Amino acid sequence: MSLFSTRLLAASAFALMAAAPLHAKTFVYCSEGSPEGFDPAPYTSGTTFDASGHAVYNRLVQFKPGTTEIEPALAESWEVSEDGLEYTFHLRKGVKFHSNDKFTPSREFNADDVIFTFERQANADHPWHEYMAGITYEYYSSMEMDKLIKSIEKLDDYTVKFTLNQPEAPFLANVAMPFVSIVSKEYADALDAAGTREDLNNAPIGTGPFKFVAYQKDAVIRYQKNADYWGEAPKIDDLVFAITPDASVRLQKLKAGECHLMPYPAPADLDEIRADPNLKLDEQPGLNVGYLAYNTTVAPFDNPQVRKALNMAMDKQALIDAVYQGNAEVAKNPIPPTMWSYNDAVEDDKYDPEAAKAMLDEAGLKDLTMEVWAMPVQRPYMPNARRTAELIQSDFAKVGVKVEIVSYEWGEYLKKSMEEGRKGAVILGWTGDNGDPDNFLSVLLSCAGANPGGANRAFWCNEEFSDLLAKAKATSDHDERVKLYEQAQVIFKQEAPWATLAHSTQYVPMAKNVTGFVQSPLGDYTFETVDLTE
Amino acid sequence: MFRFILKKLLYLVPTMLGITLVAFGFIRLLPGDPVLLMAGERGVSPERYAQIAAQLGYDKPVWQQYLHYLGNLLQGDLGNSLVTKKPVLNEFLALFPATVELALVAITIATVIGVPVGVIAAIKRGSWFDQVSMTTALVGFSMPIFWWGLLLIILFSGVLGWTPVSGRISLMYFFPQVTGFMLIDSLLSGQDGAFASALSHLILPSIVLATIPLAVIARQTRSAMLEVMGEDYVRTARAKGLSPRRVIGVHALRNAMIPVITTIGLQVGVLMAGAILTETIFSWPGIGKWMIDSISRRDYPVVQSGLLLIAAIVMIVNLVVDLTYGLINPRIRHK
Repeated sequence: MSLFSTRLLAASAFALMAAAPLHAKTFVYCSEGSPEGFDPAPYTSGTTFDASGHAVYNRLVQFKPGTTEIEPALAESWEVSEDGLEYTFHLRKGVKFHSNDKFTPSREFNADDVIFTFERQANADHPWHEYMAGITYEYYSSMEMDKLIKSIEKLDDYTVKFTLNQPEAPFLANVAMPFVSIVSKEYADALDAAGTREDLNNAPIGTGPFKFVAYQKDAVIRYQKNADYWGEAPKIDDLVFAITPDASVRLQKLKAGECHLMPYPAPADLDEIRADPNLKLDEQPGLNVGYLAYNTTVAPFDNPQVRKALNMAMDKQALIDAVYQGNAEVAKNPIPPTMWSYNDAVEDDKYDPEAAKAMLDEAGLKDLTMEVWAMPVQRPYMPNARRTAELIQSDFAKVGVKVEIVSYEWGEYLKKSMEEGRKGAVILGWTGDNGDPDNFLSVLLSCAGANPGGANRAFWCNEEFSDLLAKAKATSDHDERVKLYEQAQVIFKQEAPWATLAHSTQYVPMAKNVTGFVQSPLGDYTFETVDLTE
Repeated sequence: MFRFILKKLLYLVPTMLGITLVAFGFIRLLPGDPVLLMAGERGVSPERYAQIAAQLGYDKPVWQQYLHYLGNLLQGDLGNSLVTKKPVLNEFLALFPATVELALVAITIATVIGVPVGVIAAIKRGSWFDQVSMTTALVGFSMPIFWWGLLLIILFSGVLGWTPVSGRISLMYFFPQVTGFMLIDSLLSGQDGAFASALSHLILPSIVLATIPLAVIARQTRSAMLEVMGEDYVRTARAKGLSPRRVIGVHALRNAMIPVITTIGLQVGVLMAGAILTETIFSWPGIGKWMIDSISRRDYPVVQSGLLLIAAIVMIVNLVVDLTYGLINPRIRHK
């Protein structure tokens, strides 16, 4: 059924395109992968969010382009109650949903759509909760929205009140994320009546800058400018995602003029891109960290002096030159420098093998043998974990520590690295979801994160540190939060549960004539501001 | 003839059953777990894990899951992808025409070039043509496909600018998919230049995909021809005073073609395997890349049912090849 309806859609979209002026301004993005679907709620990949959440939809609030600051979107304004438990959103009036050949909205965006968006994910009995077999709302549950939101009330057509179970300052950043993109309830009702519910995922209707036109699986996604956009209308007429999985081929396409912009260039190609007169390269520090997590519950790594000594034995600059080919900066804090509350006053443990050896001797360690785990996959924060492990191995050998490198299949790696009593230190990393420091510190380093199913792979539970995080979460006073997180970073450095390795740089190569592209620190690719000159 | 086909079709049933078992078993023997892979660095709580596993039926013993899968198969339900949540059959049908189109063009290139090269090399055994073509075939046979594809792209698309880099047709053409075959759909669309664009996009990927089968076919044709040309009936034909053209074209070639056709049939399996790399390099939206992605994500339903569909198609092609023997060699016809 869905195959048939996609074809119909493509056919009618064709009619639509044929009627459009012939030399429309078309922007082609060589995307790196295929979206899992076009409903942003049940999926988790950034590729899907670029293709659906960012292009087609909006959220109550959004990240100001190029930053992680929150600005109004479908909510024009909001108030937070004194106790931090109630968030009242005042919705924007006059916002139109898109239309397609089978659906034309009869009303504008209102509170019903907001409630529908959250309830279908929150409530297992909601008729739209499992509209496709086997779907789950992983982001909604992993951001703990289910535990956080007590109730959502419609005060009137343009006012919605969220009541929380506990005060949570990062809540606003959470509702700026793509998984809570506002979906039209009227469209859902129409699909219900037509018996084509899966079209919510195949033929999305949103309020965003671009209207979805057609998707040919694993090949091309086509969009058209939303002329009725509530914000500043896009400058390009058509947006095309040409799906190109291989990084070298993407670059060849960019050079041949088959696309205008590409994500994730191969590090080895960067010099060639810089040298090409027809291309330009935008670079920005990424919102990520790569680290080596000791198991702080197992001797001798339960001793902070030992961890610090090992950190001092590591030549991180050499590691960045070799593994990242210089396209990263040395990390001293667990959060990247572009994130608010980054504590630049913290001093990194200096590379000093002599002193490190002395400290290890002092701790009574002779002939220490340890495992270093190297993850089997590449991530922007860790381009080559095996090589990293080898460099650590040779650095540690200089202070008399023998390293055995181990690796597992990725799923196993993730699982085994969270097993209690794990031997060895684990190479891993993190890319921020929403730009809130809590999204790094609580997830990766709090006592709660050390429980099964968490992501605190150092199993580090420092109550003073966790208390600071809890306090920072409970206040919505921004300056106060900055202070608390700065203190937390000082404790982190003293206790050294990780060796912080690197914050890698994000690169976006594009054609010379592309203007107005704003890189997102969160690694999103959005095109409402881009234009083509000439 | 009818009984022959029926018998062959009946053989398919236990083979297919075996394939379901192998496909089902092997993907589960691999370490790794779809739920953990989906959760990634963040991890998933034991309660949530149990909940998802129960929803997907992965909390049951593996043999029960297998029986459940077989039961669904018998009702024509191939399952839903764990990643996209969409029916496996729909995804397969959306992607399969692209693979078939590429494979057909590739096998045509391989045959049209490979057979004559093999025949000439056999006739002129030991000549420079024989040596050059057979050495080239050996190189082609051992070619690392990924490297070969990239090399061609950089040379012909990058440096010379003769061919497009990747994709199936220029993005300026946009028309409804009727058959899923771009060459046909572009003609049906009636848009100027669409067919030429689709054809130009096929050149590099089909050359890359044809490389190994071409080498195999050329070498097989040569050795089959050499064998046949030593037979008594060929000598007899020569002794009768027939022209060399007739001796080679009718008496030798027709007999030599039997093992060659078997080889061509077997190349269908090779093409499916080659499609994985070729499709990845050229961003070709076919089933090869789909299968690889699904294996790395442990998307069990796609791997199981995808393999089953591919195996069924390879077997049917081989059956058709078996039947064509009869056209060439009447001795097989009545067995």
